[in-house]
Amino acid sequence: MTEFTLFRHTPGIDPTLHIWGWEIPVYLFLGGLVAGLMILAGARLLIMRPHERQAMVCCTIGPLAGLALLSLGMLALFLDLSHKLYVWRLYLIFEPTSPMSWGSWILLLVYPALLANALTHLPETIPALAKRAPMLVTISDYILARPRLVVAIGLANITLGIALGIYTGILLGTLGARPLWSSAVLGPLFLFSGLSTAAALLHGILVFTTPDAERPEFADFLLSLLARWSQARPLDTRIAPTLAQADNSFLTIELALLGLLLIGHLSSTAVHQQAAWLLLTGPYAAVFWIGVIGLGILLPLFLQHLELQHRIRHTLAPSLLVLTGGLVLRFVLVNAGQASHWAAMLN
Amino acid sequence: MNALSRRRFLKISAATVVAAGMAGRSSRALAASATPSGGTAGVRTIPTFCDICFWKCGAIASVRDGQLWKIEGNPLDPLCQGRLCPRGTGGIGAHSDPDRLRAPLIRTHERGEEKWQEVTWDEALDYIAVRMKQIAAAHGPEAMALFSHGIGGTFLKHTLKAYGTPNMAAPSFAQCRGPRDVGFRLTFGDDVGSPERTDIANTDCLVLIGSHLGENMHNTQVQEFATAVGRGASIIVVDPRFSVAASKAKFYLPIKPGTDLALLLAWMHVIVTEKLYDADYVAKHGFGFEQFAASLTSYTPEWAFPETGIDPDTIRATAREMARHHPATLVHPGRHVNWNGDDAQRSRAIALLNALLGSWGRKGGFYQPSSMDVPAYPYPPYPKSGRSKLDNPDHKHPFAHEALTTGIRDATITGKPYPIKGWMVYATNLLHALPNEAETIRAIQQLDLLVVVDVIPSETAGWADVVLPESTYLERFDDLNPEYFRQPFLGLRQPVVDSPHDQKPNWWIAKKLAEKLGLGAYYPWQDIEEYLAHRVTAAGLSYPELKQKGIILGQRQPLYFDEGAPAEFDTPSGQIEFYSLQLEKAGFDPVPRYTPPAAGPAGSFRLLFGRAPMHSFSRTQSNRLLSGLMSENTVWLNHTAATRLGLKTDDYVRLRNQDGVLSNRIKVKATERIRPDCVYMVHGFGHTSRGLRHAYGKGASDAQLVTRYQTDPLMGGTGMNVNFVTLEPEV
Amino acid sequence: MSRYIMVIDTKRCVGCMDCVVACKTENHVPEGFTRDWITETVHGRFPTTNLEIRTERCNHCANPPCVHCCPTGASHVHARGGVVLVTPEKCIGCKACLAACPYDARFVHPKGYADKCTFCIHRVENGLDPACVSVCPTRCMHFGDADDPQSGVSRLLAARPHHPLLPEAGTQPRIYYLT
Ligand SMILES: Nc1nc2c(c(=O)[nH]1)N[C@H]1C(S)=C(S)[C@@H](COP(=O)(O)OP(=O)(O)OC[C@H]3O[C@@H](n4cnc5c(=O)[nH]c(N)nc54)[C@H](O)[C@@H]3O)O[C@H]1N2
Ligand SMILES: Nc1nc2c(c(=O)[nH]1)N[C@H]1C(S)=C(S)[C@@H](COP(=O)(O)OP(=O)(O)OC[C@H]3O[C@@H](n4cnc5c(=O)[nH]c(N)nc54)[C@H](O)[C@@H]3O)O[C@H]1N2
Ligand code: SF4
Ligand code: SF4
Ligand code: SF4
Ligand code: SF4
Ligand code: SF4
Ligand SMILES: [Mo]
Repeated sequence: MTEFTLFRHTPGIDPTLHIWGWEIPVYLFLGGLVAGLMILAGARLLIMRPHERQAMVCCTIGPLAGLALLSLGMLALFLDLSHKLYVWRLYLIFEPTSPMSWGSWILLLVYPALLANALTHLPETIPALAKRAPMLVTISDYILARPRLVVAIGLANITLGIALGIYTGILLGTLGARPLWSSAVLGPLFLFSGLSTAAALLHGILVFTTPDAERPEFADFLLSLLARWSQARPLDTRIAPTLAQADNSFLTIELALLGLLLIGHLSSTAVHQQAAWLLLTGPYAAVFWIGVIGLGILLPLFLQHLELQHRIRHTLAPSLLVLTGGLVLRFVLVNAGQASHWAAMLN
Repeated sequence: MNALSRRRFLKISAATVVAAGMAGRSSRALAASATPSGGTAGVRTIPTFCDICFWKCGAIASVRDGQLWKIEGNPLDPLCQGRLCPRGTGGIGAHSDPDRLRAPLIRTHERGEEKWQEVTWDEALDYIAVRMKQIAAAHGPEAMALFSHGIGGTFLKHTLKAYGTPNMAAPSFAQCRGPRDVGFRLTFGDDVGSPERTDIANTDCLVLIGSHLGENMHNTQVQEFATAVGRGASIIVVDPRFSVAASKAKFYLPIKPGTDLALLLAWMHVIVTEKLYDADYVAKHGFGFEQFAASLTSYTPEWAFPETGIDPDTIRATAREMARHHPATLVHPGRHVNWNGDDAQRSRAIALLNALLGSWGRKGGFYQPSSMDVPAYPYPPYPKSGRSKLDNPDHKHPFAHEALTTGIRDATITGKPYPIKGWMVYATNLLHALPNEAETIRAIQQLDLLVVVDVIPSETAGWADVVLPESTYLERFDDLNPEYFRQPFLGLRQPVVDSPHDQKPNWWIAKKLAEKLGLGAYYPWQDIEEYLAHRVTAAGLSYPELKQKGIILGQRQPLYFDEGAPAEFDTPSGQIEFYSLQLEKAGFDPVPRYTPPAAGPAGSFRLLFGRAPMHSFSRTQSNRLLSGLMSENTVWLNHTAATRLGLKTDDYVRLRNQDGVLSNRIKVKATERIRPDCVYMVHGFGHTSRGLRHAYGKGASDAQLVTRYQTDPLMGGTGMNVNFVTLEPEV
Repeated sequence: MSRYIMVIDTKRCVGCMDCVVACKTENHVPEGFTRDWITETVHGRFPTTNLEIRTERCNHCANPPCVHCCPTGASHVHARGGVVLVTPEKCIGCKACLAACPYDARFVHPKGYADKCTFCIHRVENGLDPACVSVCPTRCMHFGDADDPQSGVSRLLAARPHHPLLPEAGTQPRIYYLT
């Protein structure tokens, strides 16, 4: 029989940590997604020859979306800061032991890398823009004329993408005070979750733009508007199966990593076991099993498997499921992590 | 008697202190200063003494840039040794209390509706003076009664004595330590006093019977308790609840509530039959030992077992433990001892046990305190009252040596032996302090005038006709405190900061009221400092020095018999009365006799209550600093009982007592720290005064549930642990 | 070198929270927040009950994760005594340090920066004990230099059994509880 009484009611701390609201999970999700987009876009630069890249969704659309999403993510991160006026302090110092510090510097490098990637094929992808800003053509020509620069941009996107993806996991993973987070698996887990959401996003964009009798009318209307404005050629949809294939691989790895995380905790100390049970059977179990595992991983895996077998058509459903699953994963891990505690050992 | 050591001290102090006493009056301009702590610029420090409870610890307040910053203990003070208790440290919250009374109020609606009109001090005091004169004319001045608790009441007492009434009482007797003082007087001829003369610091064996030191934060006692624990003293705790003190004990005796007298008798039985008592001491100082010893024969541990629930082996082991360490064994007399109505006799049994152990007047037992002699201010004599005090008519309770609050209340209700038509209430929240609220309210409804002087809108103020807002202790001078302690000393309370609104100090109120009553002659001084300086100088001391240091120490006197403290007992026999002829003559048991406590209704729990270290009674719940540490009380319920009732920690319940009274909602604390037949709560919560915005409705009030009380026949104390409750889940 | 530590005698502590109030007034800790706090642990079944009361605060860890994770250097180890401090003007309020502390010793000050116990370094540098130590009526708290074998705290640690909190968390806490 043990009674433990804590005489403290600090806001944000008691009864369990709740310092991070929606902002941090959203930021982690968007950061992972952008990381995935960078890796896919970077890989595309390296693997494909220039004429193959044109009009592909990875090309330009991915990095452009990445820039926008990252900005949203940074906004969420900024909103979370409680001493906002001092945010510039991040850039007066590099703290090697602080993933937050790495993160702020990585983010600083991510923007130019993404931008360079986007600019490489921007004029061909969105001719209308190039007409208005001839600079864009000059830049694109400059890059494309230098194959080694293209390789450098590709490598930079892959490297920074991996760094960004892993960092979003390490950020939590180094906070050993929260048993659920204290695992090295979190880095790769967030990286592969980021990759799966990125592939799902691109796949979704392709599906959305593919002409289809059953496509809703508003989509047709929207797309025609976009096409008229951008004067772009239709996206090359042949890559859709490749993306679905990639997405399924990422999802499988993500599932394995989640398993590893939990097995790691279950075979560790009592507090880590308690942390794992928070997800498995505890207050977060419903969201974890249904939201993350069921709808976020298994169902899209199955649907995309059917797509690849040509048993069903490619639809938006798997993409939306994977994206939502990725977001829910961040929410569940951030919230359950804050609830996990060493208190059991303190009594 | 106290006077003994005082008188003895007088001779010596007159010789030693006069040399230093050459100071005259000082002016307010003489800014006080004391040793700063922290060494910060812009900080002023002013010594004073604390008033969050009646212990009166010496304190040093720091004011930074005109703002009250903190209060620390005055290192010169023998009571606190430089350390205050949490309430003292949080005392600055009393100054900044957002719920404070700000201006005098006169009632505009029915009594108890808490509807007021703000008036000026002149209007308020005129209103009171007019009605007091009417009361005196119609019923005689004795028809005014004063309830006053604490040192701040001195001047109002003076005004009311000048007005001509002898009827004044404090809850500190009939609701607090009265039975103990009576039990000890009957035995040793003297009180235990406040601060208690317990030599806890030097004891080798400390027996605490309900005294929950560590929760009861009377500073010196707690400090010395920690010293005793640190020295490895053997601690025996008797309590139905596993108190903090119990957690430090070598022996914890989870007694059935209300049966302590049986345990005490069994202990004495063991000590006497096994001849473990201090035979020399008993032979030298004892009276009636043989008769006493003979009366104990049947009180065997085996007899006590079914009564108390304490097994005979433990009773024997603890009795032998006490004897092993005697005379440095201290069976603590307790303080708030109004439990069951047999309290004076139980206290007498504690006194007798100490007598057997030879601890009175011995190191590690009870020392002989002394105080400095500070002459009273030479006021004109008070008018002689035609009628005697009415709180204890015909000496119904022959051993009550102080006035009974509940006696005044009874007389107010019945109009007998003569009517009471006005109450002045100073610094006591009668609705929380006296048992049975309904009776208090019924008495109030008989009055022509109810004046309440308080710092916050207490429940009692809610019923008043006139409410007078006082300055807190941090904003005023009060009377001197010539403390009666191990080492005599004189303490000064002085203002540290200004009152934030239109509050006034009690001395100003008392003086102004006296003037309006035409009794100005009783206030020959113009300003309080004139009064203080006069007394200090008359004692041969320096007022400027007192202002500067806050405390002036007197000469240490012998503390123990073997150091030369006089072994004299102010009893009829002049000895320690094991057998009391005065009790016998008055028709009471000359040696304590046990009667089992009445059981409650089936399925109910006996309601017990006590202190939390960070709160004082009902006065600190709106103090933002202290309520930040504990904002509501909980009801302690044995874990097994809770499980049976389907309750768990933090569930809200309401308590219903045997008379159907339902409490405010209160959280359950399901715990292994209490017996299954009782529940416990911290006193002072569950405020119903709407003016206490920050305390209103937080937790439940034990006082509300104390509808029954058992009156002690010897002295009129009100035993309040005789109520029973059931728990009703709050949905 | 010096290494400030606290040694707290749980046998004497009564859980009165004087240390908590003293810290609040000394350091102007805003309403609703505390830098130190009390815990009570009850073991056993009535009446063979066991109660341990502890006063807790930042442990000024020798291996402080809160400092390691801080991106701006706001959280740092002070040159004097190894005290872990926060510089409000460097803090961005990212709260990583709150999450990193296994003792939940930190909070976000209403002004936005991370705040916690400073070991009252402003008093210590003036030769005084921390406010909580100096107020404690049971004198159960001791503050001093662990690197000085003659200090009161060193001698207490040498003489009596003691334990820090959560050594498993690997932070090397510097507050020891005598049992
Ligand atoms: N049910 C129950 N009843 C009890 C007790 C119990 O435990 N339970 N305890 C008993 C004991 S031991 C005692 S000693 C008594 C205590 O009884 P009281 O002395 O009446 O204690 P409080 O309830 O604190 O009421 C004190 C009142 O004085 C006011 N006050 C505080 N400071 C000042 C000041 O500076 N000036 C003025 N004018 N007013 C001030 C407070 O605001 C409060 O309204 O109660 C007794 N009654
Ligand atoms: N923090 C704080 N300290 C205070 C005060 C305060 O308001 N706040 N008030 C001061 C004053 S004026 C007083 S009088 C004292 C009162 O303090 P004490 O005299 O120490 O205690 P009581 O209030 O009499 O009793 C409370 C304890 O008695 C136990 N008890 C109840 N019934 C029985 C019984 O039948 N037998 C036994 N053996 N134990 C029983 C309860 O479980 C509880 O532990 O505290 C003083 N100290
Ligand atoms: S015991 Fe505490 S509340 Fe009472 S006078 Fe001393 S410091 Fe003040
Ligand atoms: S002040 Fe001392 S006795 Fe009171 S809780 Fe704090 S450490 Fe314990
Ligand atoms: S206790 Fe927490 S805040 Fe203090 S140094 Fe250790 S990790 Fe940092
Ligand atoms: S909240 Fe402030 S002190 Fe804490 S890690 Fe962030 S920047 Fe550093
Ligand atoms: S050392 Fe100072 S800051 Fe730390 S808890 Fe004690 S009083 Fe507060
Ligand atoms: Mo009392």
